[in-house]
Amino acid sequence: MLTLGERLWQHVEELPNRVAIQLQHAGRPDRAISYDELWQGAVRYTRMYEREALKPGEVAILILQHGEELLFAFWGAIVAGVVPSIMPFLTEKLSPGQYRNDLKALISVTRPAAVVTYPEFEPQVREALGESQVVRALISTGSKVAETERSPVASISPGRSPGEIVLLQHSSGTTGLQKGVALSHEAILNQLQAYGRALDLRADDVIVSWLPLYHDMGLIAGFLLPILEGIPLILGSPFDWVRAPWRLLQAVSHYQGTLSWLPNFAYNFMAQKVRDRYMEGVDLASWRAVINCSEPVRWESHAAFFERFKAHGLRWGSLQTSYAMAENVFGVTQSGLEAEPALEDLDRIGFMQERAARPAVAGKPAIRVMSSGKPLPNTQVRILDAEGTPVPDTTIGEIAVQSDCMLTGYYNRPDADTEAFRGGWYLTGDYGYLSKGELFVAGRKKDMIIVGGKNIYPQDLEALSYEVAGIHAGRSVAFGVFNAEIGTEDVCLVAETDSEDELQRRRLAELIRRHVTQNSAIALRNVRVVGPKWILKTSSGKTARAANREKFLNEFADFMAE
Amino acid sequence: MHDELISQLESHMAARILKQPGRRIAADEPIISSGLIGSFDLIDVALYVEEAFGVRIADTELNSATFDTLGQLADLIQSRQSEC
Repeated sequence: MLTLGERLWQHVEELPNRVAIQLQHAGRPDRAISYDELWQGAVRYTRMYEREALKPGEVAILILQHGEELLFAFWGAIVAGVVPSIMPFLTEKLSPGQYRNDLKALISVTRPAAVVTYPEFEPQVREALGESQVVRALISTGSKVAETERSPVASISPGRSPGEIVLLQHSSGTTGLQKGVALSHEAILNQLQAYGRALDLRADDVIVSWLPLYHDMGLIAGFLLPILEGIPLILGSPFDWVRAPWRLLQAVSHYQGTLSWLPNFAYNFMAQKVRDRYMEGVDLASWRAVINCSEPVRWESHAAFFERFKAHGLRWGSLQTSYAMAENVFGVTQSGLEAEPALEDLDRIGFMQERAARPAVAGKPAIRVMSSGKPLPNTQVRILDAEGTPVPDTTIGEIAVQSDCMLTGYYNRPDADTEAFRGGWYLTGDYGYLSKGELFVAGRKKDMIIVGGKNIYPQDLEALSYEVAGIHAGRSVAFGVFNAEIGTEDVCLVAETDSEDELQRRRLAELIRRHVTQNSAIALRNVRVVGPKWILKTSSGKTARAANREKFLNEFADFMAE
Repeated sequence: MHDELISQLESHMAARILKQPGRRIAADEPIISSGLIGSFDLIDVALYVEEAFGVRIADTELNSATFDTLGQLADLIQSRQSEC
């Protein structure tokens, strides 16, 4: 078994001039980065980490935007044996104060030895670090190091072993940033091998991605998989994609892209927002798989995407699905690329209210669910009941996973490890059922909200609402409600106030909307301010999010339809 | 003319983007840097401005440096209309 650095070095040695990445920026020509250049850029960072006396196994947080510095700083850390973790960059709407709080939350648990960022962003980082002595080195992208000759990985980074932690992945918000998924070289390479087999990965594949590298789908499928498997990567930025989603389609056409991954909402977004004039001459026939992943997969989203782009060579059979999570490095299941994902028509009431997967009956409301595919060759999936006992096929229960590519653990969080595992099986917190060997995901046991593929912890949003004057701790509740038009969840927040004045309640709702939006990764729209004792609590006084969600839907159905 | 343009932009954004018909947006209220208009809505703003006013805003211009208030957006629309 190799390490990631050794695997990269193999490509550098074999075909140094082969293009590893076409880096795209809107309004600029694409920048081709060869394996040799990627190596040189990475080693420049390896030298910087060494100069700061970072030791293998220590963590470096990368606060960098889409661009070559991010690629080089990441690979430089891997080569040095330093453990990189990419933190999302400050966005236009996020308040810098909250960003610094998020960074502090990350540092408090992860205890990184270094932070890498742009010279102009250093003051923000310094302010967040304050008097803390945890971070020894603040490394600037502008740092100069002496040019070095191309030297093999063995001479740069001797003694790395495949069982060591190679990188950390975090999800967003205070809660997510305090729970880093630690992955080993071995786990990642096992995943790439198994996932590559499920994809029937070929030498002439071309991967096109706009996904952020701080997210498992972007980092693994849209970055490590192509680079380590020697497959060309066309890498755009999520910032550009959201403003011009047609750039992805143009890139697929231009580079004869064969594989891409998208969260479900992206199928709706692209079907609705792409104008014809950007599609002139665009041919999508090369796309052999567009894989729907990282939020619940919807058949309707595939249908809308297909209708919109079938005239441009898109094949129905290329629309595929996967169920994935950072804790298994990435893929747990993958639909078979030789056929379209299986669909099942179920009794709607049974599915929605009783968590039962009964076949639809003529004359009764039905729901069409789409398979997420079969478990990868190295991964076992079980469905468990509330007591942890496996249930028969077509029975809905909690999805549990076991594989040779699981996380090493949540970094510095043994408490979270204990909670996540039962008898060697990782409990996903998602509901699902197995049918004919295929996994159908059917809702969530955990309270997480998934917006556009991004995991959002409701407790973070609730905590932000308590910072608004007039809202007391413990008296708001946040949850997600699926919105079919946009293909993802709308975040809703209900907060109690003692005020009976309708105008005052509206004013509070507006303040909450603004405060949560400026201090979280989402744009909060649906806020309802209600009177005392509206929020349902469990007998132990905790907020029962699922029950409150039901109550909200019953009382404010018209509010959602507005 | 300028005020009329602003009120047209205001009612469209309140009803169609914020889904809060009747919500007031002041001409000098930040809408992008404040997150009022989220990143997923920017493309809708560009599509609307093109349909309603025949003015194109490139995707690379969809950020608060180009416009951050309805007043600035109205200025941009008017200056581009006069260019044609």
